[in-house]
Order: sequence, then C-alpha cells, then structure tokens
Amino acid sequence: MSASQTISATQRGAISLKGVTRIFAGAVAAVDHIDLDIQAGEFFTLLGPSGCGKTTLLRMIAGFETPDDGRIVISGREMQDVPAHKRAVNTVFQSYALFPHLNVEQNIGFGLKMRGVKTDERKRRVDAIMELTQIGQFAKRSAAQLSGGQRQRVALARALVNEPEVVLLDEPLSALDAKLRAELQIELLRMQKRLGMTFIFVTHDQHEALVMSDRIAVMSKGKLQQIGPVLDVYEKPQNVFVAEFLGLSNIWPIAGCQGHNADTPLGPLVINEPYRPGALAMIRPEKIWVYTDTAAPRERVNLFFGTIREAIYMGAATQYRVELANGQIVLAFDTNNQAAERSWRPGEKVAVELKPENIMLVQP
Amino acid sequence: MIREKTEIELEAGRQRRRLMITSGPGLIWIMLFLILPSALLLGIAFFSSDDYGNPVMPLSTQSFAQVAGYSLLGWDSGNILVFLRSLQQAGIATLVSALLSYPLVFFILSQRPSLRPLLLLFIVLPSWTNQVVRTYAWMELLGPNAPLSMLGHALGLLPPDLGMAPGSFAVTTGLAYNYLPYMVVPLYASAEKMDWTLVEAGRDLYASGLRLFWHAVFPQTVPGLLSGIIFVAIPAFGDYIVPQLLGGDKAMMIGSLIANQFTETPDWPYGAALTLIMLVFTAAGLIAFRVLSKKVGGAEEAAI
Repeated sequence: MSASQTISATQRGAISLKGVTRIFAGAVAAVDHIDLDIQAGEFFTLLGPSGCGKTTLLRMIAGFETPDDGRIVISGREMQDVPAHKRAVNTVFQSYALFPHLNVEQNIGFGLKMRGVKTDERKRRVDAIMELTQIGQFAKRSAAQLSGGQRQRVALARALVNEPEVVLLDEPLSALDAKLRAELQIELLRMQKRLGMTFIFVTHDQHEALVMSDRIAVMSKGKLQQIGPVLDVYEKPQNVFVAEFLGLSNIWPIAGCQGHNADTPLGPLVINEPYRPGALAMIRPEKIWVYTDTAAPRERVNLFFGTIREAIYMGAATQYRVELANGQIVLAFDTNNQAAERSWRPGEKVAVELKPENIMLVQP
Repeated sequence: MIREKTEIELEAGRQRRRLMITSGPGLIWIMLFLILPSALLLGIAFFSSDDYGNPVMPLSTQSFAQVAGYSLLGWDSGNILVFLRSLQQAGIATLVSALLSYPLVFFILSQRPSLRPLLLLFIVLPSWTNQVVRTYAWMELLGPNAPLSMLGHALGLLPPDLGMAPGSFAVTTGLAYNYLPYMVVPLYASAEKMDWTLVEAGRDLYASGLRLFWHAVFPQTVPGLLSGIIFVAIPAFGDYIVPQLLGGDKAMMIGSLIANQFTETPDWPYGAALTLIMLVFTAAGLIAFRVLSKKVGGAEEAAI
C-alpha cells in the first residue's frame, strides 16, 4: 500500500499538500493545516464561500503565496524553494490577466517565449491551441477588443499551450453570463479529459462544482470540511456545512435514538444509518415523496401529514414548503413529470414520505 | 402678436449665460497672459533693433538670421551648440530622473499604504521652496572645496582647484534633481493603479527579474512615464536658473541665452525670435510625442 502511495505522489501532475498553513498578518489562519492529495489527470475542485481560503490555497500551489507552514509537493518535487516562474503549473486568472499591450497570439505565446521556445515551434503550438480553443480568428486582436467569453478562451489557451503538469483555475467562469458559462463548463471539461492534465478548479458555485469535478474538496474558514467524489459529497455530506453549501436540505437535531428509531422534532423517525451522538438527520428535498393526503400509503414508515404553505414553480420541478401538524417545516421537491394540473397549491393537505435510506446523519 | 419664447429658446439662453460666466474668466486670463504676450513676442521678433537693443522699424527677419547663427562677423556655431546642448541636457536629465524614479516609486509602493503619502510628500516638498535656493545648495555641494570635488581630485577625475560645478555635469545633476518630483508623481500615479495580477501572470508564465519588469510592469507604467517625460523634458529644456548658476560659460543653455537678450546685452527682437523658435520646437516636440504615445497606446493621459 505504501508503495502505491509513493508512485502516486511522484506521478507527473500529482499534487500532495501536507499541513499547509497560511496566516495573514495578525488574522486567523486563512488556510489551516490542509492535507490533500490530488491525483494526476484529475479534475479537482476547491469549493467554498468567499473568504474560505480556497483562492489562497490555489495561490500557494501556484507559488504566489508562501505557506507559513507545511509542504507542497508537485509531481514528486518539493516546492518549498521553487519560485512561481519555475513551477510546471499555469494559472487561469479570475480577471484573465491578459497583457493589454500584446495581441491574442502574443499573449498565448508569452510563456513559450519566456522559456526560449523557438519562433517557428512557438507559432506551431500557439496555432494548435488557438484551433483547440476556437480563437484562431482573433489572433491579431488585442485583449480589449474581445468579449468576456473570448478573453476566457485566450486565458485558458495561454495556460494550456505550455503543456503544464497542473492547470490552476481561479473562478475562471464567474464573470460570464449563465448561458455562456454553461457552454464553457462543458467545453473546459472536454478539454481537460482530452489533454489529461490535472485541473484544480476554484469556485464558490456548488452547481458548477457538481457539473465539472471528479472530486470536490469543500472548504470553510481555512479548513477542509469534506473531500470526495462529487456523488459522495452531495449525497453523503459529513457535516451540516457541507450539506447546506451543496444544495437545499432539511436538517433536524436528534434528541436520542433507540435502535433505528430517532427522536426528532418531526416525531419518531426511522433511520438506516447507525446513530452517533450529536448527529443530525438530513434529507435532500428531492428525496422526499409528496402525496395528496387521501392517496398517501399509510402503511409506510416516516409518513408525515401537513399542509402546503408555499409552492415555487421552477420549471423542471416545484419546490414545496410543507407545514406539518406540529408546526415543523419540510422542504420537498417534486419533479414536474406529470400534467401541470397534478401539482399542489398552497393550502392543500398532503403527506410527505422520508424514506429511511434517504436520511443521512451529519455532524454539526 | 408677441410670440412667447419657447422653453427651448429660454434654455439655450440660460446655457449661453452659464457658459459665459464659467468660461469667461478663464478666457480673459488666457487672452491677457498667453495670447497677448505671444502676439507681442511675435511682433517684436520681426522688428529691427537699435543700439540699445530696443525694437524699432523697419520690419526685418534679421533677428531670425541671428538665431540661426549669422551676424556681422559671419556664421557662428554658438547658437546651434546652445540649442543642441539644451536638448542633450534635457534628455539626460529626463533619463536620469526616470531611472531614479522607478526604484523610488516602487519603494514607496512597497510601504504601508498609510506611509505612502508621507514619503511622496518628502519627494515633492523641496520643490515648494525656491529653485534658486536649492540650486545654490548644489553649487556648494559640487563646488571646488566640497567633499565630492575633493574626492574627484583624489581620484584624478578632476583637475586640482576645479569643482564639479560649474560645468555640464553640475547642470545635469541640477536639472535631474529639480525635476525629479515631476517624474515621480505621474509615475507613482500609474504604478499605484497597476494591476498586480498581470505581474503574477508574468511570473506564472516563467518570467522573472528584468524580463518580468519589462513585460509585465513597465508597459503598465508607460502612461505615467510619458507624462513624466513631458513634465521634465520641456521645462528642463528651457530652464534658466540651473544652467545660469551651475553651468558657467561653457554649459550655457537656451534659457540663459534668451535671458541675456533682455538683461546683460539687450536685444529685444533677437530675444523674441529665440523665444519663438524655442516655443516652436517645444510645440513640435509635444506633437511628435503625442503621435508617438498614441502609437504606443494606452497613453491618453500623457496627451496634454
């Protein structure tokens, strides 16, 4: 096992962080003892609210910031004394940071030029990457003459052309409108799979993180909250923060538990997961079944009756706020896969079913 | 029937009055102190001069011939040399102040934000005192018995009993010193607004040291540098006090030459012609510079 670990750490494009810490003057740690292993060729996302330390962590990998403590190893090489300009990583900046005095072609070729790649070789590679990122027709334009999406592509091309071991992306899509953003997400993903480089992507947008990543690290207040494949992080959040940050959720404290019967504000709740003291019960709204009360399967467990208080139509689904008889609120999604008349309106009596296998236990 | 004035006409009248009130004083000022003296100068330049140097009839272009170096004794290279020397001194002083300003500006920017205005003030402060006083100080500092000159003697760089002032070196020093704040301030203004992520992008793309400065820092400071060049080169070119006090006979510049025509050996038409020529060259320089800075791009601020 230790042998396989050594191999993965020395692999080209693999990154290993050990106890990485960064403390800004006088403040609390922006990044607090982060241990993280990112595999070669992985699309890895650092997700968290602004100020959680994800950008600082990325900047330390790039070499713009020096950790106050801990080690960063890229492709098996200790980065302690390696300055930014000698690291085999390239960054796509949030503001794109294109050189205003250079045109698109020159911007993209900048890194190759600095590394002393010969003119004809440089041209060949720049042309190839412009083709890949579909910006060939803008080669001679200056950055100021490009739209946001085009600038984004140039910034990406400028990083990719150097064939780095790792590409760091600092909220690269945040300045774009929703449609373009969705397009570029898919495009970015395809490009990463095709080139096989390690991508470390920073975002505060949980949806973006879910769409793009192989694995996600959720950060809050400088600490890692959870690391795992997209599915795990969303479906099996370890704590309340992760559960709430990755989407809507219903969370209730558990006063006590007898076998599989948990005592919650809803009433007795049957759970499948083994109870750990202090844990809370969490269920995603889309995992809740809604029935008209007369049609409810009364023989089942975890069936609660209540009244629709709010119905928000969202196209593909409708979000319901259901108030139970004891005043508790349950948030539920119902897919609009039936005729529109089948949906419930505020005031209607319904039942909600919380299937035990869908109830997760999370730590505070 | 009396037609009532429409609201549009009333508004137009109001606007005209507002324009007159706001721009009137400025226009009068420009008329009195710029257009009128320039017109006078232009006029005087085309008169002949009498034995006392006063402008008299008939009109002639004699004074312009004098500017070019022609006199009763034939052609003399003196004026051309003075002109070239002024250009050279202004050029070197601009270069020196730019070279000094860059480290200075980035040193100030590397300090705490609260400290920066104070440091900037230290640079600007001397220019609030009289230029003559400051130039006298340099006369002392560079004079024959000052430590600097003695060091020059000891190293054999300077003949014994001579000081660094008066001379060309002293003039360059004096000019660079005098106009340094005019380079620092615009350079600071553009360096302060600098987008540091571009510098990070440069580092990210394998640039370091001088190449990083040249590709990622310098282009961003070009607008400030261009403004600074104009603010330094133009007044340095026509400076009078520095060459007068630190220059001596062999380092005369155009400012002193002009001043001489109104003081020591008066010749008003000649002096006026010299001034006109200087103005023409300055204006030509400015225009050429403007064209250049437009080509460089992003230098709108420099276009005065």
